[in-house]
Amino acid sequence: MTYAFFLGCTIPARSRGYEMSSRKVAEKLDFELRDMKEFICCGYPMKASDKVSSELMGAYNLSLAERNGLDVCTLCSSCASYLTEVAYHLAEEGPKRDEVNKQLSRLGLEYKGGVKVRHFVRVLYEEVEPKEIKKHFKRDLEDLKIAIHYGCHYLKPSGIYENFDSADYPKSIEKLVSMTGARVINYAGEQNCCGGPLLPIDEKTALSLAKEKLDAVFDVGADALCVVCPFCSVMYDSNQKTMLSGSGTNFGLPVLYLTQLLGLAMGFGKKELGLNMNVVKTKELLKKYFI
Amino acid sequence: MIEDVTHNRADLQFGQGFAEQLGDVRLSACFMCRACTSVCPITRLNDSFNPFRFVRLALFGYIEEVLESGLIWFCTNCYACQEKCPHGVRIPDLMTALKNLAIKTGYAPREVLLQMNIVKDQGRIYPIDEFDNKKRGKLNLPSLPVSCEAVSTLFNENSE
Repeated sequence: MTYAFFLGCTIPARSRGYEMSSRKVAEKLDFELRDMKEFICCGYPMKASDKVSSELMGAYNLSLAERNGLDVCTLCSSCASYLTEVAYHLAEEGPKRDEVNKQLSRLGLEYKGGVKVRHFVRVLYEEVEPKEIKKHFKRDLEDLKIAIHYGCHYLKPSGIYENFDSADYPKSIEKLVSMTGARVINYAGEQNCCGGPLLPIDEKTALSLAKEKLDAVFDVGADALCVVCPFCSVMYDSNQKTMLSGSGTNFGLPVLYLTQLLGLAMGFGKKELGLNMNVVKTKELLKKYFI
Repeated sequence: MIEDVTHNRADLQFGQGFAEQLGDVRLSACFMCRACTSVCPITRLNDSFNPFRFVRLALFGYIEEVLESGLIWFCTNCYACQEKCPHGVRIPDLMTALKNLAIKTGYAPREVLLQMNIVKDQGRIYPIDEFDNKKRGKLNLPSLPVSCEAVSTLFNENSE
């Protein structure tokens, strides 16, 4: 299986642990994530300011993948959602695609509407047999209690995602986490947004939203929170200390990417999975497995 | 604040002017059940932010009041409202259209403009430099381009 690997902006600059662990997991599963240096931002960060330009950026990336005869695989949920949305709107021939292609032609490109966009986690869930994943497992993570944060754009807007998982009662990530032997535990407000997009606008509200979730996850006694998007990780991992300062509490709740969990089960080391780059220390958690 | 909007400007002829700018977001399908507001994570923390009210105000043409309030920027685009709307009103698309309009009419926060300019200039929100590539190299990750020519062609109207 080969996909054009869409890294986006945040992951290669700020969430390298996610990138490293995903590459390790893909490698193990004999799954090629082909690097494409020409890819630029998916366009989503500009949707609010200039939708026309943002769609053009999305289409530019899709046309590059199409020229290489590949579908796109992303790690970031916002990239997944936005590129899926652009592909959805440009799937049919019409004035919209003509306009986009008029602009792309200045770069000698054209989008014909044939690219599929997939989040890496969706690929693992839909296209890899559980036994193919499990056969690479070397550690049983049965001592871990994991809370899952699906986030918004991994599942929504559901209309563009062909119902690969339910937006209200999702189970795809839970299935993958359970394969490792870890116990998935539920908590209040699982569907809530991390608040990330609000960070530059109103830090206080953004952090309150994130803290609500961490409170709930901490209350049920989870060992770690599992995420699949770098923006969610920034909120729960990078900002965990900031949001708790002055409150007299310190959760010290590790926030792991799903690929880091899978990588642990596959026997990879701490540094190979970039776990040493997590902001909230994972030391205690890893001690259980003598890592 | 938008709670205090008076009704003397209500424009029931709305549909011609603004509708075009907002695109097809199915505003008139709203039958005021407020499901959107009941699931909005921001409303819970700040009740002056209210998706239902944005729909109604837009429907009656109070666009300027909405833009002036600055409240649209509190929307995180989480899609909770859209998923729950029984009549398929595309509130996140309405919010995007309003935000785009705010940029054109000078109501946008500085942070949003900055982000737009970085992406248009550099092709990324976090441009990669040699230092980043060095760090990536140490981690056995492939290096990435430190500049992007495609965006200058795509966004420069005169570069035919």
